[in-house]
Amino acid sequence: MAQGWGLGALINLNHYGHYLQWHVFSISVANLLVIIVMIATFVAALVAPFPGRRNRKGPQ
Amino acid sequence: MSTDIDRQWTSRLRRSVVAKLPPDKLLPDTQPAYVASWIYVFGVTTMAALGVVIATGCILALDGPQWWHSSSLGHFVNSLHLWSVEIFFFAMVIHLWGKFAMAAWRGGRSLTWVTGAITFMVSILTAFTGYVSQTNFDSQWIATQAKDGINSTGGGAFFNVLNLGQMLMWHIVLLPIGAVLLTVLHVVMVRVKGVVPPIVETVELSA
Repeated sequence: MAQGWGLGALINLNHYGHYLQWHVFSISVANLLVIIVMIATFVAALVAPFPGRRNRKGPQ
Repeated sequence: MSTDIDRQWTSRLRRSVVAKLPPDKLLPDTQPAYVASWIYVFGVTTMAALGVVIATGCILALDGPQWWHSSSLGHFVNSLHLWSVEIFFFAMVIHLWGKFAMAAWRGGRSLTWVTGAITFMVSILTAFTGYVSQTNFDSQWIATQAKDGINSTGGGAFFNVLNLGQMLMWHIVLLPIGAVLLTVLHVVMVRVKGVVPPIVETVELSA
């Protein structure tokens, strides 16, 4: 078993997935977390300052 | 006065390609100032992930379709293959959101948008055939669930998800070739038309 080292030591993944249910909609917690991280990354990409932007001199 | 050499198809093709995509446009030294934003890095992140996907896939292909179940090295490479695919789709979807938000089909870039959309769909099909080629209970479950959906469209006569050999060939030959060719075409289109400017920038320029 790979469990016991690496990430397995921090997060126990050796179990069935948890699911959220709302009427006919069903999503696993893992997939929901990935979607939330993607939205957070998208927002961060829009607002986070890009290194060296102020000094950049490219064609307009 | 044109000579015979000027009229031959190689000369005409070369002149046409160089006129549309001169070397300084194909490999530019600088980009417009508005490209200095994190939202513009997800396209190249997707391509970097695609490179890792292909490299790890080539390693997996070395010893047949099942060795990664019994070899720790194979298991490691298989995990690299899976996680690079996760990063590939993660970055590609954010790239898609960003380009949709900035209406990246503006300025004669419709073909760039369309090639990107088709690449996305081909990538989904490539990932799907990968899932049914794992040679484990997971792949059997996915294949038996998917067969009903595909059979309801009539596509099952040509695309049999229960046929491991067919799925593996689609996964490692046909679909990767399609995905890579479409990616190259997509990048060439970006080079030809340039990176789409922000909407605000376009309004200011046209005012």
